[in-house]
Amino acid sequence: MSRDLLIQASYLASSVLFILGLRSLTHPDSARRGMHLAALGMLVAVVSTLLHREIVDYRWILAGLALGSLVGYPMGMWVPMTAMPQRIAISHMFGALAATLVGVAEFVSLGNGAGVGHAQMAALGFEVLFGSLTITGSLMAFLKLQELVPGAPFTFRGQNLVSLGLFAAGLALFGCLVAHPSQPAVFHLMLAVGLAFGVSLVLPIGGADMPVVISLLNSYAGLASAATGFAIGNNVLIIAGALDGASGFILSVVMSKAMNRSFRNVLFGAFGAPQAATGRVAEGLAVRAITPEDAAIQLAYARKVIVVPGYGMAVSQAQHQLRELAALIEKHGGEVVYAIHPVAGRMPGHMNVLLAEADVPYDRLKEMEEVNPEFANADAVLVIGANDVVNPAAKHDPASPIYGMPILEAELAKSVLVMKRSMNPGFAGIENELFYMPQTSMLFGDAKESLQKIITEVKQA
Amino acid sequence: MSTTYLVQSLYVFVLAGFVGFLVITRVPALLHTPLMSATNAISAISLVGSIVAAGSHQSRTATLLGFVAVTSATINVVGGFLITDRMLKMFHRGPKGQAEKPGRKG
Repeated sequence: MSRDLLIQASYLASSVLFILGLRSLTHPDSARRGMHLAALGMLVAVVSTLLHREIVDYRWILAGLALGSLVGYPMGMWVPMTAMPQRIAISHMFGALAATLVGVAEFVSLGNGAGVGHAQMAALGFEVLFGSLTITGSLMAFLKLQELVPGAPFTFRGQNLVSLGLFAAGLALFGCLVAHPSQPAVFHLMLAVGLAFGVSLVLPIGGADMPVVISLLNSYAGLASAATGFAIGNNVLIIAGALDGASGFILSVVMSKAMNRSFRNVLFGAFGAPQAATGRVAEGLAVRAITPEDAAIQLAYARKVIVVPGYGMAVSQAQHQLRELAALIEKHGGEVVYAIHPVAGRMPGHMNVLLAEADVPYDRLKEMEEVNPEFANADAVLVIGANDVVNPAAKHDPASPIYGMPILEAELAKSVLVMKRSMNPGFAGIENELFYMPQTSMLFGDAKESLQKIITEVKQA
Repeated sequence: MSTTYLVQSLYVFVLAGFVGFLVITRVPALLHTPLMSATNAISAISLVGSIVAAGSHQSRTATLLGFVAVTSATINVVGGFLITDRMLKMFHRGPKGQAEKPGRKG
């Protein structure tokens, strides 16, 4: 009895430590210490679980802990910050895999469903259904972000019908199991349907929608963990899963709002499909291309520069050169701030992490609402690998597919310098009229190389 | 599992979700990536369920599934907390130490 009490007390302590840890993330200065508390909470929970009286054999446990640490350490310490989106996606897969397998093991242990009540079957079914779709969904997201499969949306006729059909089948099998739990065949079929649904859910979703998808998968992984807690009667699992589920849900809402899209639209819209004849295409207009030398003159003695980073910065890994250029501008007496759109990059907060890695102080990183009034006072705006988040069509062109999406108002600045690989339109496949405005100049080429040239020029100025 | 137990669990779930909502809406967009890796590491608490499954010798299948579950959950615990710490270590204030606070908007 006292042993159970000790385990329960340690779970309670872990839950409190988890909540304190998350609360510390409301400010960057307290965040690190808080997360150490959360890690301590995890250690307490794991150590006390080893005292559980049902455990009779420690060999497989220790093997799993050792192997997991062996794989987890490099995934924590060596993965570069630029690979963070795919790193997070694959970790959602591992989380969902653990939850699902615990559910399957529980089902098997209880006489293949014979010893499972209706309520417990509901929890187990929910866990396995959500877990399995998160496993394959996250794996697909990982493969797309790692570019092992094409990042572009993959669609075929009747795609949504297939997805909805799988979803309905999963629900039907779930209902069938709750009514009669002792049906291993139905259980395994539901597992398979869940796995297939995860693939068909993420396959049609394009790269730029990844922030929403990763957040949603985060939420699902959390809900699967919480359902595990219901199924095996463990409160700390329910609490941690609920926290994770809430976090993922909030992030997906924030991301969807920042794109002015609904979940339904992201999941079933296949936005990236060719959008013929949308918006006003800048026929006959020409952009003004400039050289790094011209750009250097523009930037060297600017008093206020606002940088708008996008996925292109992450691709060319230009954040360190950007920081170096900012230091030079600051040395000349200018001010440099960074305007971060909520959906810039491939996951929530992607740009912030990359810039922090390049040693940019966090008080220079401004959120959209905060920085938008400042554009009118900026001498120069430097757009690096961003496109749709600075397209003014979102504000005034109802025909544009991104109409209504909140944007960074770079078009209000005195001069705009756009660094871009080529004139290919952005993810939405639409022209960006900002590029054709009289105050805008374009610098084509790899962002990292261009910045390096500008730095050399500014140093000589 | 009785209905009483299910109701009790629902209480815990709903209240924890509520706490999560209140806490997480206050996390600034600045820290959304660390938030995601942190919640991911925390929800790998399913490790405690995996440990019992791997060690309780119910059947060969359950032990094997438990072993794979322990491995995947441990990957997330170890990797998740390490990478969160690595990220948070990088966030620092500017040299002038301006008084302005980072955005608190969710």
